Amino acid sequence: MIGAASALNGNISGEWYLALAAVLFAIGAFGLLIRRNVLVMFMCVELMLNAANLTFVTFANMLHDIGGQVLVFFVLVVAAAEVVVGLGIVVAIFRRRANATADDFHLMKG
Amino acid sequence: MAAVMHGVLLAATATGHASLVDWGTFVVAAAIVLSGAIGVVVARNPVHSALMLVMTLFGIAVLFVLQRDDFLAAVQVIVYAGAIVVLFLFVIMFLGVDRDENIATEPLRGQRPLAVALVALGVTGLLLLGEVSKWTTGALSVAGSTDSSTSNVAQLGTSVYTTYLFPFEVTSALLVIAVVGAVALARRPPAVVTAPEPDDGLVDESAPAAADAHQEVTP
Repeated sequence: MIGAASALNGNISGEWYLALAAVLFAIGAFGLLIRRNVLVMFMCVELMLNAANLTFVTFANMLHDIGGQVLVFFVLVVAAAEVVVGLGIVVAIFRRRANATADDFHLMKG
Repeated sequence: MAAVMHGVLLAATATGHASLVDWGTFVVAAAIVLSGAIGVVVARNPVHSALMLVMTLFGIAVLFVLQRDDFLAAVQVIVYAGAIVVLFLFVIMFLGVDRDENIATEPLRGQRPLAVALVALGVTGLLLLGEVSKWTTGALSVAGSTDSSTSNVAQLGTSVYTTYLFPFEVTSALLVIAVVGAVALARRPPAVVTAPEPDDGLVDESAPAAADAHQEVTP
């Protein structure tokens, strides 16, 4: 009873992709919480964004809807902008204090 | 007649050997994605983290191809692995922070068990929620269909330049703002700039050749 629709959809059902994306997002969130290096924290944010991208593509595939793929396109642009501004901030902070760990950013501590 | 033959052919490939190939590809790509992600988190050296990130991004691109999403797979490799990770590596090398970091110590007591508990709770809840209810509901092909009669690039381009034209324009504004912001952030502090020549912020005080050239031009 495997119809043409499931063949067009790919043979693996979307639940597997979504579960994988959930685990990837969890690893990214865990890394963001425990790491101290700001650059590694940015990379963990990229992991979470990629998990969201995988989810969008999977939903686009499950619903036969191009909108999910267009949204991934926009997420790529936003991720690029985020990395550019974030790394600019890291460079600006690094110029004042020669370290790039999140523990050093206590300028506004009372 | 041709459409019927096409459907039969697709159904035939879906039953037997192709399914096994798809599963094998999925399992290998998922293993690459997860091991790369774990490598990003546990690597002591930021350079190793960046390289592990490339591995994860490549695995995601393979999963895109597996879902017949060819264009975004190519963009994923070019933009993410090609541009963003290179930007990361550039900043790591520029700042000279490519030293090993001691991640065995725990500066904030109880942070890691709490992080493990919170993340495990979140992902378990998410998976349980998906298991007891439907993953997707609603109408099919609302924004546009993804049939295999036209190419993926054509569908995506048509959708971006018709339905999503305004968001597309807004993202260009976002990119311009990001570039201007990055330039403003990465400039030298004004105290250093105004010391040698107040009227010209571009002349670097550590470049005598440029200063000589400047003096030659001025008279």
